[in-house]
Amino acid sequence: MDNSTFEQKPTITGAMHVSLRHDSAHKHVTGTAEYIDDIREPADTLHAALGMADRAHAEILSLDLDAVRAAAGVVWVITAEDIPGFNDVAATGRHDEPLLAEKEVQFHGQPIFAVIAETRDQARRAARLAKVEYRDLPHWTDIDGAIANGAPLVVQPMTLTRGEPDTEIDKAAHRLQGRMVIGGQEHFYLESHIALAIPGEDDDVTVWSSTQHPSEVQHMVAHVLGVANNAVTVNIRRMGGGFGGKETQGNQFAALAAVAAKKLGRAVKFRPDRDEDMSVTGKRHDFRVDYDVAFDDEGRIHAVDSTYAARCGYSADLSGPVTDRALFHADSSYFYPHVHLTSQPLKTHTVSNTAFRGFGGPQGMLGAERIIEEIAYAVGKDPLEIRKLNFYGQQGSGRTLTPYHQEVEDNVIARIVEELEASSDYQARRQAILAFNEESPVIRKGIALTPVKFGISFTMTAYNQAGALVHIYQDGSIHLNHGGTEMGQGLYVKVAQVVADAFNVDIERVKITATTTEKVPNTSATAASSGSDLNGMAAYDAARQIKERLIDFAMRQFEVARDEVEFLPNQVRVGKDIVPFDTLVRAAYYDRVQLSAAGFYKTPDIHWDREAGRGRPFYYYAYGAAVSEVSIDTLTGEYLVDRTDILHDVGKSLNPAIDIGQIEGGFVQGMGWLTTEELWWDDKGRLRTHAPSTYKIPLASDRPKVFNVKLAEWSQNAEPTIGRSKAVGEPPFMLAISVLEAISMAVASVADYRVCPRLDAPATPERVLMAVERMKDL
Amino acid sequence: MTDAIRFILNGEEISLGGFGPTETLLDYLRLKRRLTGTKEGCAEGDCGACTVLVGRLVEGLLRYETVNACIRFLGSLHGTHVVTVEHLAAKDGTLHPVQQAMVDQHGSQCGFCTPGFVMSLYGLWLSNDAPSRAEIESALQGNLCRCTGYEPIIKAAEQVGAERPSSLFDPLERDRSEIAARLWDIRAHPETIVVTRDGARSIVPASMAALAEIIAAEPKATIVAGSTDVGLWVTKQMRLLDPIVFIGHLTELQSVTVDDRGITIGAGVTYAQALETLSDELPPMAKLLDRLGGGQVRNMGTIGGNIANGSPIGDMPPPLIALGATLTLRSHSGTRTMPLEDYFRAYGKQDRMAGEFVEKVFVPRLRDDAYFAVHKISKRRDEDISALCGAFHLVLDAEGRVEDARIAFGGMAATPKRARHVEDALVGQVWSWGLVAAVRDLFEDDYQPLTDWRATAEYRMLTAKNLLTRVFLETAGAPVELRRFEMEEV
Repeated sequence: MDNSTFEQKPTITGAMHVSLRHDSAHKHVTGTAEYIDDIREPADTLHAALGMADRAHAEILSLDLDAVRAAAGVVWVITAEDIPGFNDVAATGRHDEPLLAEKEVQFHGQPIFAVIAETRDQARRAARLAKVEYRDLPHWTDIDGAIANGAPLVVQPMTLTRGEPDTEIDKAAHRLQGRMVIGGQEHFYLESHIALAIPGEDDDVTVWSSTQHPSEVQHMVAHVLGVANNAVTVNIRRMGGGFGGKETQGNQFAALAAVAAKKLGRAVKFRPDRDEDMSVTGKRHDFRVDYDVAFDDEGRIHAVDSTYAARCGYSADLSGPVTDRALFHADSSYFYPHVHLTSQPLKTHTVSNTAFRGFGGPQGMLGAERIIEEIAYAVGKDPLEIRKLNFYGQQGSGRTLTPYHQEVEDNVIARIVEELEASSDYQARRQAILAFNEESPVIRKGIALTPVKFGISFTMTAYNQAGALVHIYQDGSIHLNHGGTEMGQGLYVKVAQVVADAFNVDIERVKITATTTEKVPNTSATAASSGSDLNGMAAYDAARQIKERLIDFAMRQFEVARDEVEFLPNQVRVGKDIVPFDTLVRAAYYDRVQLSAAGFYKTPDIHWDREAGRGRPFYYYAYGAAVSEVSIDTLTGEYLVDRTDILHDVGKSLNPAIDIGQIEGGFVQGMGWLTTEELWWDDKGRLRTHAPSTYKIPLASDRPKVFNVKLAEWSQNAEPTIGRSKAVGEPPFMLAISVLEAISMAVASVADYRVCPRLDAPATPERVLMAVERMKDL
Repeated sequence: MTDAIRFILNGEEISLGGFGPTETLLDYLRLKRRLTGTKEGCAEGDCGACTVLVGRLVEGLLRYETVNACIRFLGSLHGTHVVTVEHLAAKDGTLHPVQQAMVDQHGSQCGFCTPGFVMSLYGLWLSNDAPSRAEIESALQGNLCRCTGYEPIIKAAEQVGAERPSSLFDPLERDRSEIAARLWDIRAHPETIVVTRDGARSIVPASMAALAEIIAAEPKATIVAGSTDVGLWVTKQMRLLDPIVFIGHLTELQSVTVDDRGITIGAGVTYAQALETLSDELPPMAKLLDRLGGGQVRNMGTIGGNIANGSPIGDMPPPLIALGATLTLRSHSGTRTMPLEDYFRAYGKQDRMAGEFVEKVFVPRLRDDAYFAVHKISKRRDEDISALCGAFHLVLDAEGRVEDARIAFGGMAATPKRARHVEDALVGQVWSWGLVAAVRDLFEDDYQPLTDWRATAEYRMLTAKNLLTRVFLETAGAPVELRRFEMEEV
């Protein structure tokens, strides 16, 4: 299969590599795009609400639900003993996540029961009427508390080693140790979780679930109901945002709705309130990075030894692969001659943390960038110089091997940084900022250029597979389905472009359809930035099969050679004749040609041995870099982002407009993580920032005042991916590290750049002011 | 007395009774009318996914404002025109220019926040021919988008600002006079409306006098103007309120008057209306108001409500106290006026007796030689609740001595409170760097702030002290302020 050399075919609409609007844009702006809560409900649909624990860690002594059951409109109350199959929604198969708590609650807000009532309002009101007696058990909610209490690990930690870190770390001219504390992050998808379960005959149930992972919801619902997977169908047309928060976290809502729907024989909708959603669904992991680094007088790294401790919450969920990915990115873009990296996935009495755009990678990279800052301040240089000194080299340089023993073969970071440094006028602006700071008593400025190198593939090798289903109907219209889900990222339109391109027909001919486990089974989560890489290829494979059959048919029917059949825009040349695409299709139908195909793809050449810490977990890397300039107020710690310039590598873009949108959006979301978004638990273990009134994601006025975003147009994927494109979902998120480092430089100016400010994340105005105060005391 | 409210929904005039006092506009639209373009994102007025326009007659003119449908009670809609996203596109499906600009600029990704953004952009488009970037950002302060990073939405606002079609295209421009006439008709013969469901009542008084009578008879009534606070009692705490007395429609409470003595602001004046007067009269207040809530909250919330609820973190009391404002309460037996600072007795306890309601606040004219500033500190710059909010009002005599000092803070104590120790130490002394350095630690005698999710006690105290330092630097002419735009417009 040659998929590396798709040509530009400007005469059809919606070819690959063309900027095309989101397929639902028209429906978005008119309010007609249907989300699950907008689907017209079956008659007599019931509604669900959660009964949640108000202890962080306790034994349940008694549970009195009489008042709940007696409340107006209540039809049923589900407790653990009412679960027909397994009371378990652990995505990992570890059985450490009960759907409803039985004897013990392990985080504040953990679901204990669910109320099913005639209206949502009635269900919510009734859920508050339970009387629960608890016996409190010791709890800890953060990393320090977990370590102090000797907390268990939720999964086996991972270790990566290369070279001789133990002995070499003493052999360089300089060595320093430090710690960085990195906060978590709430996804804050605008559409909260939701499930609508409709019972069918026999064991059947159909669930509409706002999920990035319909197959897992299907399997979990079957597991909880105690029925075969084939009894459960899961559908999702679109989510109102996902960001990783809907990879595993939707299971609980779907399973409870399905249990009630089957028991009661009525449709059940479960839409948690925003506060409930934020309390019972996992977030980005907080990390504490303890680093030990050895380097020479120039600032070249000799050895690194870091431990990445993570707040995982009460169960494993995805904490294993998340903390693994943190280690896979603890090198950022830098070559470490000797390295030892360990993860510490700690159990805490908080909601179980989960996937979030970048999946541990951002935290891993942030630790690396802190090390660069430390070295820069220690040797008195611009951090950018230290970065360049330590970048991975080109092949043959002896500086291409990662801590996990994969060669970096497609390295373009030096070129990207060089071009961005020039286009953003970095050096002159940095000089101007140094001069400004000398004259400005209160307002200080900072600038930083930081790189991104992000490994693409699920590190769980089996997940790197995808399926698609393509039909052509007799009128020549095309039906497209695949296992990827649409959460706003533009996956559906990109895959439709692939299919339109493959048949050389206008994209309007390609019908985009809702993802469903009935059409494409055993799918992977739409995650790890892999959506278009995997599903694009699978859809291409399906289209290719049908196209082959059409070519065979044309050769047979018209007695022409293979090279006499050519797909022109919306037409096919057969010998000397040119026939419309739909005419050929109809003729093929009458000749009994199968016009439907299931496509399949698996990423080649990847393997990973976690025990040994060796392999090739990533098919390729995506690169990028950003320069941010900020101003801070040294009296209050407030700040503004004055300008950001980005140059990002998406290979040969499938849809530049969509990709730019991912880059801008990812950057601003990353900026939120590193600045104003702060999760805050009180001493009772209650998350107190559980709604937008208390949890502050960026607003329009927080984005950089000047925002220049460009694609590295010269880039194409070295690997034969779909159209030589690269994944774009996660990598741009980490471009926001430039904002944190720019703030850090502004803080450092207070002590004349003599010491690394060690600014932790999120850099709220408070953290910035306190860092300024530390600088003043030096 | 009647038992139904009357309003217009998109093109349809509606007479609605039999609803409960805490039923929200959002649930009505989505569940009863199946107008599902309007979304629920947070149910607390912070994300803007439920943004709709509400048109009402203000000083005789039909004015359309963005509001959060999620915390707007049905009882507050009498005599208004509610406009949802479904009303924008033409019958033949042609998009409104605001919608088209969002499509052209790739302004939607997941699309869930999009109808709310469309409505906020529409509200801006109706009221501003050529908005600046600062004005666009202001108009979008109440809308959260998690996907786009906002850049394409800003560009859409600029595009639509540049391409104004004829007014015949736009449904609200086209029908403006007809709608205004219908709203006039609804309000022509005001009667008190009582809507009842399951015994719980929404009361819409015909006049301020009727309000006084009702409050006298119903001491447990909850008075609601914009419901930006009370709305959350319902959506988040599930409180049952009965009766609710709605006052947002009472024009007698909505006037802002300026004379030689000062400014009188009726209790029902929204932040947005106040902003229009205060941007000329008291620019520091206008700057503060631009960071209070989002546009939707400023269009709903009132100065009177922000005082009446007694919150220690309301942003209006600190500057008003520093300015020496007085508060007038009314009951059916008359009025009572007090210095505003005396209204706040203790946490959750105000000097308002049963049967009384806030009628107006009077702000004495600022002397020409006085210095006045107010500084809001929050985790996020816009649409955030203050960690602390400090207001400074200083008058210096001819020798440079502090003649009068009034400093008040929110977020530093259980009530909005003056910093008497600091004030006393300043008065009579020469306003100087040395004086400020000497007295700034006295804030510790005035306040013992708390630690919570917005800030630690240490940060609050340090920042309060630093704000006094800032005030000195400002009076000395030093550049001390972060400015997002060179000419900070509001």
